[in-house]
Amino acid sequence: MYYPPVPTVDPLALGPVGILSLFGVLGLVVELLRPKGKNGTIMLISLVGLAASAIALISDFGAGTVRSFGQMELHDHLGSISELILLVVATITVLISEPYLKEKKIAFGEFYPLLLWSTAGAMIMSTSSNLLMIFLGLEVLSISLYVLCGISRSEEKSEESAAKYFLLGAFSSGFLLYGIALIFGATGHFDLLSVTSVWANGSASSHNLLLGGFGLIVVGLCFKTGMIPFHQWTPDVYQGAPTNVTAFMSAAAKVAAFAAFWRLISAFAPSLQYWLAPLSAIAVLTILGGNLLALVQTDVKRILAYSSISHAGYILVDLLAHAKDPSINYVSMEFYLLSYALMTVGAFAVLSLLAARGKEVTKLSDLNGLWKRNPIAAVALVAFMMSLVGLPPFAGFFGKVLIFSDAVKAGLVPLAAVLAVGSVISAAYYLAIAKAAFVDEPNESPVQRPATLGPQTAFVLCMIGVIAISVFISPIQSFFQR
Amino acid sequence: MNLLVFAVLASAAVLAALGVILSKSAIRSALSLVLNFMLLAILYFTLHSETLGVLQVVVYTGAIMVLFLFVIMLLSTQGNINLTESRDVKKIVGGLAGISLAALIGVQIYLPLASVPAPQFHAPQPIGPSYGAPEPLGLALFTRYGYPFETVSLLLMIGIVGSIMLAKRRVR
Repeated sequence: MYYPPVPTVDPLALGPVGILSLFGVLGLVVELLRPKGKNGTIMLISLVGLAASAIALISDFGAGTVRSFGQMELHDHLGSISELILLVVATITVLISEPYLKEKKIAFGEFYPLLLWSTAGAMIMSTSSNLLMIFLGLEVLSISLYVLCGISRSEEKSEESAAKYFLLGAFSSGFLLYGIALIFGATGHFDLLSVTSVWANGSASSHNLLLGGFGLIVVGLCFKTGMIPFHQWTPDVYQGAPTNVTAFMSAAAKVAAFAAFWRLISAFAPSLQYWLAPLSAIAVLTILGGNLLALVQTDVKRILAYSSISHAGYILVDLLAHAKDPSINYVSMEFYLLSYALMTVGAFAVLSLLAARGKEVTKLSDLNGLWKRNPIAAVALVAFMMSLVGLPPFAGFFGKVLIFSDAVKAGLVPLAAVLAVGSVISAAYYLAIAKAAFVDEPNESPVQRPATLGPQTAFVLCMIGVIAISVFISPIQSFFQR
Repeated sequence: MNLLVFAVLASAAVLAALGVILSKSAIRSALSLVLNFMLLAILYFTLHSETLGVLQVVVYTGAIMVLFLFVIMLLSTQGNINLTESRDVKKIVGGLAGISLAALIGVQIYLPLASVPAPQFHAPQPIGPSYGAPEPLGLALFTRYGYPFETVSLLLMIGIVGSIMLAKRRVR
């Protein structure tokens, strides 16, 4: 009988994912034993798990590229940085969740394990160049997110959000799988590594299979990152999902999907001539469409949903620049993702304060008078909005400058111009949010709870982060590059 | 001969699948799905992957379909659930638009793919007696595919925990 070789395993590289999954299980066990309605212990376990995972990650940071588990697991710098950003996002989400869930009367203990497993899935997805593992990681991430979106069962819009996300997500997974099957047919491997050599040596027919597979996988990933025209789910899901879930989803899904997207684009860079035009069209549509559609929204969560669409477009410009000029590395993209994660999660953290006594209203006018009720939250919100526009002292500015210069360097000047135009348009709706929080007086006495320690820490940390990473931009760049 | 067997089994499976979506009672739909799964299992047997066929019968036909039937019976206290929908012009127009879009995209995809010959990336190997048997399958799952295998177990656990959480409405 044939005995397959036992693959070598690098336990340190698997550590962060393994620790996070196990702490999720531990949280689930505690959920069974704890007194009713007390989630403090589970929250603590989640925070400890995230910290342990971060320690495991940092202890092995920059150890060079290692492939273990029969090439299924890829330990490299891009993956490690993505994992680090994901851990930061998950930690902030845990901090803002408990008071929000209590206020909405949906304080399920299973929330925290599911959040940890979702993070683990995103980490699996961003640390592999094997299409099988990328798909499995994506499913672990997404299926937890489908559940978390629908956690507020008494609200119709939460159920709508979960159902819409689930149906369209399953549909897009079909595209992804079909693409993986075509690439397997052309190369005989699941690994993206084999694509480049097959492209160089293969016949015209294998080229067709590879391009077909690439196109279908791009559709799947564009859906996950919310690119126009695959974005229809984004506003409804972001609006309907509980705000802390939206915060997590908007950042984590993008970090993981863009890590996989980066590896896909790198592997397919030799066939650039066939797909640069359609992907550029997607980038232009995403940037302009996202920003223009955000202008007419009146709900803050929907505005931020369209804003996240346009930010995905900015990052796609950087991916295309990398495909055109391989000397452009992932540092700009990861810096952008880090700054985007901090400002978006921070903005949603402030918004989560709008939930009170089981109800939640997120119209622009509901932010009115935030300045008087909670000055720190209002200042933080303004900082996030300025950063999202891309104004100088904040991280968003440097992220956009890095992508802009990458695009110019790669000769994609029209895309760089679209990026700049998009940023100018975006100023209108971001500043409208800031104005609603700072200038406008409330009409009636608003329902809003005072911030407790968790959310307060969360958005202050995000605000400090948004400023700090722009101050320490060059150490961070060299850290990312190490 | 092989082609004939395949044609008979496959067309029967397609008819059963049509029965799933066309029959008006939920129970009949579910039973058509059982038939479809059984025919698929027999197809696997004709392709010499007995393990897969047995798993198909045990897991899908056995476990999952029984669960389906239980749920249908729990939900329908008055016998049959009526699954008919009202007729609507929008559906016809939408269907036509969908078909024409599919045709348009299909032509674009089919033309380049039509030139692709049957995959021949390695010479066909003689199938050994242990091909598709449980032992090599299990060995491969626990060695080479250990990481994806464990990831799938995480995925299944999320499915269980998530569905339980969504099913209970009250906060404890």
